Amino acid sequence: MPQGTFCNTTPIGTEDELKALLGDKGGAQYYEEMKELDVDSDAIAALLEKTCQSRIRTWLEICAHCGMCADSCFLYRVNDRDPKQVPAYKIQSTLGELVKKKGKVTNEFMRHCVDVAWSQCTCCNRCGMYCPHGIDMGVMFSYLRGILNSQGFVPWEMKIGSGMHRVYNAQMDVTTEDWIDTCEWMAEEYEEEWPGLEIPIDKEDADIMYTLNAREPKHYPEDLAEAAILFHLAGENWTVPSTGWEQTSLSMFAGDWAACKMQVESVYNAIEKLRPKRVIGTECGHAHRATVIEGPYWAGREDGLPPAPYIHYVEWVAEALRTGKIKIDPEKKIKEPVTLQDSCNYVRNHGLAKATREIMSYIAEDFREMGPNREHNYCCGGGGGFNGIGKYRKERNKALQTKRDQILATGCKLVIAPCHNCWDAIRDLEEEYEIGIRWSFLKPLLIKMAIVPDHLKLPEE
Amino acid sequence: MIAFLTGPMLWVSLLVFFGGLTVRAVMYVRGLSWQLDRVAYKPHMARGLRGAVHSIRMWLIPGGTYGWRQQPFMAAGFFLFHIGAILLPLFLIGHQELLQMAFGFSLPTLPSSVADTLTVLAIIGGLMLAIRRIALPEVRILTTTYDWFILAISVAPFVTGFIARLHLGNYDFWLTCHILTGEAVLILAPFTKLSHIVLFFMSRGQLGMDYNIKRGGAKRETAFPW
Ligand code: HEM
Ligand code: SF4
Ligand code: SF4
Ligand code: SF4
Repeated sequence: MPQGTFCNTTPIGTEDELKALLGDKGGAQYYEEMKELDVDSDAIAALLEKTCQSRIRTWLEICAHCGMCADSCFLYRVNDRDPKQVPAYKIQSTLGELVKKKGKVTNEFMRHCVDVAWSQCTCCNRCGMYCPHGIDMGVMFSYLRGILNSQGFVPWEMKIGSGMHRVYNAQMDVTTEDWIDTCEWMAEEYEEEWPGLEIPIDKEDADIMYTLNAREPKHYPEDLAEAAILFHLAGENWTVPSTGWEQTSLSMFAGDWAACKMQVESVYNAIEKLRPKRVIGTECGHAHRATVIEGPYWAGREDGLPPAPYIHYVEWVAEALRTGKIKIDPEKKIKEPVTLQDSCNYVRNHGLAKATREIMSYIAEDFREMGPNREHNYCCGGGGGFNGIGKYRKERNKALQTKRDQILATGCKLVIAPCHNCWDAIRDLEEEYEIGIRWSFLKPLLIKMAIVPDHLKLPEE
Repeated sequence: MIAFLTGPMLWVSLLVFFGGLTVRAVMYVRGLSWQLDRVAYKPHMARGLRGAVHSIRMWLIPGGTYGWRQQPFMAAGFFLFHIGAILLPLFLIGHQELLQMAFGFSLPTLPSSVADTLTVLAIIGGLMLAIRRIALPEVRILTTTYDWFILAISVAPFVTGFIARLHLGNYDFWLTCHILTGEAVLILAPFTKLSHIVLFFMSRGQLGMDYNIKRGGAKRETAFPW
């Protein structure tokens, strides 16, 4: 059987296809079909010829096989230094072989590549910092995922994720109506407590356009309300777009580059339509990676930049605290020891370590760094789609031990994680290992600590 | 034999070496693509180049990076071997005499005591790299016959040259071995992993540009902490 009903080379195109795929619980049939899926060697060879150029070819060729990257990879360390987890080994035995054999590989080999690409690398890019030749295995694994995806070899959840983007322009089934309803509902819900609170939709020429993660309207609508409250407190002139509000990209984790382009263009179109002075994204790492760092390239923007200045939520918070747009009540600062998760996606890969430290200096009395930290921090354990793939749950849970031990070493019971993926991973690690910690985004903490200016207070107060 | 090896053969080796490596470097740069690499090289060239220089520089300083500091044994082996591998072929008095004969000019030379020390250290460095390949499971799993060949052929000119210099055994034999292995390195360099002699600068430079252009160069207040 060359192409399965569910596992095949055709991306999801319609809502019905998506629902059918979702109906295959846990991907039972999907993974059975994958075992029979044909490998189109000529297509792989052609793709490699076209896309595997200087940079990656050179990386594969000049790798000194020195193993300096081994210790840099948290997955190597946490899996008892299994030599099979050495970054260079992982990539040479997958992408390296694929290139060497010019795509003439077996179905079994492809499935092995799937396991390695999605369960032995979170694309955190840490290894690239420790390789003397500057070889970045995270970049190569992301590239490998794209090749595997083009042949239909992709974990079930990843196919669903990128299918969601293709069907709904969002990582979850949130339609435009759902989204607008949620905005209106949240504005109403919180208006009583915050007189004058609004969630303005499609306002043109605002100072700020806000974009977010579909999980927020779908499962945590309070997060949207909290964003609104903080913009309200800071007196910002802001808006959300009715379409193009979804900033994340599970298609990036899936290696579905066409879907990545569609997704990010929906956001850029909103920017071009509404002409905000700048765009602010929610507390999410991979959303920032997808829309601010990689997105411009998917969309073919030669300057490598989004259509308007586009910043991460932590940059806005740091600025709001610095300029006094939001003032913290000294009495309400966090007194207990608190630590901070550095998201690889915007810290290692976008240099925002300073912004979060600045925030901590305003809100925490006893801020304790994890070690290592900043650019050198370890992945939370669930990045690159790892969190969401049922088949690799065991491996993911093992991977969480790195962060568990980093947190335990700080002695803190509270972890601030301004990243959805990291937040999930830390929640799951508490569930799995019960070390008695709490975790939080910044928004709810800031609202508790902020001084409410008189004109925004409830009349009775 | 020796006359041929230090005459026409030397010419050929040097030509292949310099010509070949230049071609590799040019091909590398030509194969870069802002779309495939997802790095907007041209619009941010100045910032990119600063990142490239920083990335290369830090890795050429012993202890300059987290990587070198965390792996002192590796760092020692690497620098001991490479300092010799670069300085000795260029500044050895014997080589300069050849240069003088062939081209009528020469570079400054190393005093022989320094040259001898560097040679011994380079051989020790090479041995340290070999020991890692045997002793460490994470290096063993990566090591192929090809790696052993490259390491052996790279260390061979130093070992054979040193034996000849000490006049152990048959001088002409060891000298011939020295010249042969030395020229083998030159000729093989463009076609093997030894091409890293230039591609190291390309690859390191590229990642430096990547970080300085796309991955936070405009946001980070300090240079990237390699
Ligand atoms: C500017 C020139 C050069 C630079 C920047 C450079 C850089 C490097 C780097 C970064 C590595 C990887 C780390 C390691 O495995 O030690 C390496 C490995 C190596 N280099 Fe070079 N190299 C240069 C010239 C040479 C030359 C001239 C030779 C040979 C004569 C050479 C032979 C080797 C060998 C054999 C290895 C592998 C060592 C091992 O087995 O671990 N290199 N080089
Ligand atoms: S550190 Fe770099 S050169 Fe050494 S094995 Fe790892 S990827 Fe290869
Ligand atoms: S990118 Fe991260 S997870 Fe992947 S191999 Fe490198 S260090 Fe390991
Ligand atoms: S989830 Fe967070 S820590 Fe993990 S890879 Fe992504 S950004 Fe990094």
